[in-house]
Amino acid sequence: MTVSLVLLVIMAALYAAGLYLMLERSLTRVLIGFLLAANATSLLIVIVAGPAGTAPIADEGASSLEMADPLPQALTLTAIVITFAVSAFLLGLIYRSWRLANRDVVADDRDTIAMREGPAIAATEGPAAGAEDELATEFGPGAEALRDATETEAGR
Amino acid sequence: MFAVLLLFGAASLLAPLLVRRFGPWAFPILAFVPLAALVHAIVVAPAVLGGRPIVESFAWIPAFGIVPTLRMDALAWLLVIIATGVGALVLAYCMRYFPRGEPGLGRFAAALTAFAGSMVGLVLADDVFTLVTFWEATSVFSYLLIAHRRDLRSSRGAALQALLVTTLGGLVMLVGLVVLTVETGTSRVSGIVEAIVAVPDGPLAITATALIVVGIVSKSALWPLHFWLPRAMAAPTPVSAYLHAAAMVKAGVYLVARLAPGFIEVPGFRESLILLGIVTMLLGGIVAMRQHDLKLLLAYGTVSQLGFLVTVFAIGTREAALAGLALLLAHALGKSALFLVTGVIDHRTGTRDIRRLSQLGRQAPVLAATAIVAAAGMIGLPPALGFVAKEAVFTALLGGTASLGAWTWVALVGTALGSVATVAYTVRFVWGAFATKRGVEAVRDVPEHPDFLLAPVVLALAGVAFGVASPWVDHWFAGYADALPAAAEESYHLALWHGLEPALAVSTVILAAGAAWVAIAIRRESRSADGARAPRPRADAQSAYEAALAGLDRAAAKTTATMQRGSLPFYLAVILTVFVAGVALALAFNRAWPTELRLWDSPWQLVVAAVMIAAGVAAARATKRFQAAVLASVTGYGMVVLFAMQGAPDLALTQALVELAMLFAIVLVLRRLPARLGEANGSRRPVIRAVIGTSFGVVMAVVAIVAAGARTDLPVSVGWPELAVTIGHGANVVNVALVDLRGWDTLGELTVVLAAATGVASLVFVSTRDDTLPRLTRGQAIRETQARMRKAADPTTPDRGSWLLGGRTLAPHNRSILLEVTVRLIFHAVIVVSLFVLLTGHNAPGGGFAGGLVAGMALVARYLAGGRHELGAAAPVAAGALLGTGLLLAAGTAAGSLVFGADALTSTWFTVDLGPIGSFDFVTSAIFDIGVYLIVIGLILDVLRSLGAEVDRHEERRIARREAGAGS
Repeated sequence: MTVSLVLLVIMAALYAAGLYLMLERSLTRVLIGFLLAANATSLLIVIVAGPAGTAPIADEGASSLEMADPLPQALTLTAIVITFAVSAFLLGLIYRSWRLANRDVVADDRDTIAMREGPAIAATEGPAAGAEDELATEFGPGAEALRDATETEAGR
Repeated sequence: MFAVLLLFGAASLLAPLLVRRFGPWAFPILAFVPLAALVHAIVVAPAVLGGRPIVESFAWIPAFGIVPTLRMDALAWLLVIIATGVGALVLAYCMRYFPRGEPGLGRFAAALTAFAGSMVGLVLADDVFTLVTFWEATSVFSYLLIAHRRDLRSSRGAALQALLVTTLGGLVMLVGLVVLTVETGTSRVSGIVEAIVAVPDGPLAITATALIVVGIVSKSALWPLHFWLPRAMAAPTPVSAYLHAAAMVKAGVYLVARLAPGFIEVPGFRESLILLGIVTMLLGGIVAMRQHDLKLLLAYGTVSQLGFLVTVFAIGTREAALAGLALLLAHALGKSALFLVTGVIDHRTGTRDIRRLSQLGRQAPVLAATAIVAAAGMIGLPPALGFVAKEAVFTALLGGTASLGAWTWVALVGTALGSVATVAYTVRFVWGAFATKRGVEAVRDVPEHPDFLLAPVVLALAGVAFGVASPWVDHWFAGYADALPAAAEESYHLALWHGLEPALAVSTVILAAGAAWVAIAIRRESRSADGARAPRPRADAQSAYEAALAGLDRAAAKTTATMQRGSLPFYLAVILTVFVAGVALALAFNRAWPTELRLWDSPWQLVVAAVMIAAGVAAARATKRFQAAVLASVTGYGMVVLFAMQGAPDLALTQALVELAMLFAIVLVLRRLPARLGEANGSRRPVIRAVIGTSFGVVMAVVAIVAAGARTDLPVSVGWPELAVTIGHGANVVNVALVDLRGWDTLGELTVVLAAATGVASLVFVSTRDDTLPRLTRGQAIRETQARMRKAADPTTPDRGSWLLGGRTLAPHNRSILLEVTVRLIFHAVIVVSLFVLLTGHNAPGGGFAGGLVAGMALVARYLAGGRHELGAAAPVAAGALLGTGLLLAAGTAAGSLVFGADALTSTWFTVDLGPIGSFDFVTSAIFDIGVYLIVIGLILDVLRSLGAEVDRHEERRIARREAGAGS
C-alpha cells in the first residue's frame, strides 16, 4: 500500500514536538508532549491503513474494496480513549505534585545520586573477623561473643 | 514412591505446627516419616534387588515431554536406605540436641524433613528434569539449614557460599544434561546411560559430560570446589551429620555411580574424576591433620573420603562398583556417627577444641566406645564394613583394568596414600576427643539423657553389623554391580575373609603407616606449648571465591553509578536514542522499499497540515500553560478533520468529543496552577532534545513507509463488512469490530480506563475513594424546590429565582444566569442524544464511546454551571459503581456466551415484535456497548468529582484556613 506524504510530514512534526516536550522536567509540558505524541501515534495507524476510502458502513451499495480499512480504525479508537484516560491520570499527578511540593517538576532521585557519590559499596561479608579457623561453637562460653552487632532478628 | 515424596512434603508443611505444639518432641514424630519410607524400601527390596526395578511415572505435560519418573533399582534402593535411615536417626537425635526454647526450630524441622524428601526424590528420579529439580531443592534446603542461626555472620556467609557454589554447579550440570537429552532423544536418565554407548566420542557428548562433571565436583565438594564444605560446618551438628556426611554430598557420588555403566566409554570421564578424586583425597587428609576443631577435622575428612568414593566409582569395573557401594554405606554410617558424637561432646562439655578436651574418655566411656567403633569402620579394621570395603577397593585396583592403563596405578597409589591419611586423622580425632592429655586439666562433662546417644550408637553398630553380614550386603549390591564389566575372570564377592591376598597386605601396610604418622603427630602436639602448628592458611580456592564475589559487587556498583543518574529525562533520552539507533539500523538493512509515494489524498490535507504543524511547534514553545493546552487541542481538532477525510466517521466523532473532554479536564487542573510555565523548570540542552525528537519523527515516518509498503496482500478486513452484517448484525463495521470481532481489545481497554479513573480519584482524594459529593434525596430535593418556588413566587424576597439546584450554593459572582438556564434546558435532551448515539452506533457512526462522551459532556455542563452540588444532583450514583457495573456488563457479555456452549464474546440477536411500532432487532453485543457507555461516563464522572469537586473543596478549605489564620 502507498502512504501519503503530507500525513507523514504531519506525523513526523507531531512526534518531534511531542518528544521534545516529553524530555522536559515540567510535568505540564510532559503532558502536552504526551498529547501530541499520542495524536501522532493515532495518525501513524491511520497512515498505515492505506489510502482514503468511503466510510466503513455496510450499506447496500457499498463495495468493501472501496471502503477505508476498518481494522486500524478500531485500533485507533481504542488508542484515543486510552490516551484520554492516561492524560486524566497525568493531570491527577500534576495536581498532587503541585499540592505536595508547590511545583510540578520531575525531580532527580536523591537516593540514586547519593549512591553515586557515597562511599564505595562494601564487599560481600567475608569470614567473621577472628573466626578464621574457630567455628562458632554453639554451646560453649564463646558462643555469645560471636553474635552479630547488627542483629536484625525480631522477637528474639 | 510418589506417595512417599508427598508424605515428606506434607510432613514438612506440618512441622512448624508440630514444633509449636510439642517443642523438641516434635522431632521423634517427624522421624516416623523417613522411617515409613525406610519400611517401604525394605518391603519392596526383594523385587528391586532381584533385578525388577519399580518405575512410576506421571504424565504432567506429555506434549513437551515433561514426564516426571521415579525408578528404584538397586543403586537407588541403597541410597534410599541410607537417606531415610540416617535421616530418621538424626531427627530423633535433634530432640535432645536443641533446647526447648530454641528460636527458628519450626523452620528447621520443616527444612530438615523437606530435605530428606528431596534427597529421596533425587536418588529415585529417573527423568532428567526431576533429577535437577531435586538436586537444586537439596541445595536450597541445605542453605536454609546451614543458616539456622540467622544472627551469626559465619552461618549466613557459609550458607550463602554453599548455595552459590552448589547451585551454580547444578546449573552447569543442567546444561550438560539437556545437551545429552537432545543428543540421545530421551529424557530418562536410564535411557541416556544406555544410549550414550552408541555415541561416546561425539564432541557434544564429551562437552556435556564435562559439564556434568562440574556439577558433580561442586556438589560433592571435590577440589577445586571443595571449600564450601568445611565452612558449612557453621551449621548445627545434626545438619552436618545428615547433609554433609550422609546425604547431600553423596548426591554427586550417586550421579557418578548412576552414569558409570554407560559413561565409562566417554573419553575423559573416568580420568578427570580419578584425578580430581585423588587430589581431593590427599588434600583433605593432610589439612585434616592440622585442625583443632573436631568438626572441622571431620569436615576435611569428609572431603577426603568423597574424593575416595568418586575415584572408586570412576574406575568402572564390577569389583570397583561393589567396593564403591560398600564404601558409600560404610562412610555414611561411620561419618555421621562421628559427627553425632561430636555434637554430644559439644553439648556436654561446651567445647570442640582438641587442645582443651582431656580425660573425656574416662568420664564418658559409652561415648568413647561408640566413637572408637565408628572410627574402626572409617579406618578399615575388621570386622567393620569399612574393612570389607577397603579390601574390595584394593582388590579392584590391583586387578587393574585394561582400558584405564596407567591410571589404575595412579588410583592405587593415590588411594593408598589417602587411606594412610584417613587412618591418621581418624585416630587423631579419637585421641583428641577422648584421650587424657598431659598438662591439660580435665574437661567438665555434664551428663545427658541416655537416649541422646541412641543415634550414634545405632549407626556405629550398624557399621559393624553390615561388615559381619557382608555376604548379604554383596547380594544386595549385585543388582547394580553386574551392569559393569568385570575385570577378573572369576566373580568377586564382598566378604570378611578372602584368604591371604595382596589387598590384605596393602591394608596392613596402610594401617601401620597411618598409626606411625599419627603417633608422631600426637607426640609433637603434646610436647609443644600451644598444641600443633597453626593450620595452613585457607586454600586458594576460597580466596578466589571471595575475590570473585567482591569484584562482582564492585563492578555492579560502578555500572549502576554510571547508568543510573536519577534523572528521568536522562533515562527517557537514553531509551529514545537506543530506539532510534536500533530501528535505523534495521531500516538500513531493509531491501524492500515501496516504489511509489502519494503526495496527498486530497489537497485540503495541506491546509490541515499547515495548521497542525504550526500549532504543534507553537505548543512546544509556549510559555503559558493554557496556551500550550489549547494549541495541543488544535492539533487534536486537526486530527478530526484528517479522520473525516480518510473515511473514518466514528474516529472523527470520538476524537472531537475526546478533545473537548480533554480540554475540560486540563482546565479543571490548570485553574489551580500558575499561568506561566516558568523557565526555571525548563530542561537544559534544548538542542539535544530537538535532535532526539526530530530523529524520532523521521525514523517513525520511514517505518510507516516501509510498514505500509509491506502490506501487499489483501487485508483481512476486506471480508469484515460481510461478517459484520451476517455475524454481528450491524452495518457499522468499526463498531461491530469493537464489540464483537475484536471484543477482547475493548475489554482490555476498559480495564485500563477503569484503572486510570481509580488512579485519578486516589491521587486527588488522598484518604478515601468514597464519594463525598453532597447528595440530595428525592424527597429533600422536591421539598427544597417547592420552598424555593414559594419564595420565588413571593414578591418580597430579595434574591429570586435560581434555575439550578446548586446555583444557590455558588457565590453570586460565580454565577451566570445564561449558562444556568441553558444547561437546565438542554441537559435531558443531551442525555437522550447520548442514548441515541449509543443505540444507533451498531448501524451508523456512533457507539458506546461516543455516546458515553456525549453524556459526559452533559455532566460537565452541569458541573460548570452549578458547582459540585449540581454535579451531585445530576449524577446521584457513585462513579465507582458506574465503572464496576460497566465492566461487569462487558465481561458478563463476553463470558455469557460460554454458558451457552459457544466461544466467548459470541453474539446473537433476537427480533422483538413491538406490534404497531414495528419490530426491533436486539443484538446481545448491545449489552457490551452499554457496558462501554457506563464506563466512559464513570471515567468522566470520576474526573469531574476529583479534579473538579474535590479540588474545589481543597481550595475552599485553604481559603477558610487562611481567613481563620488572618482573623485570629
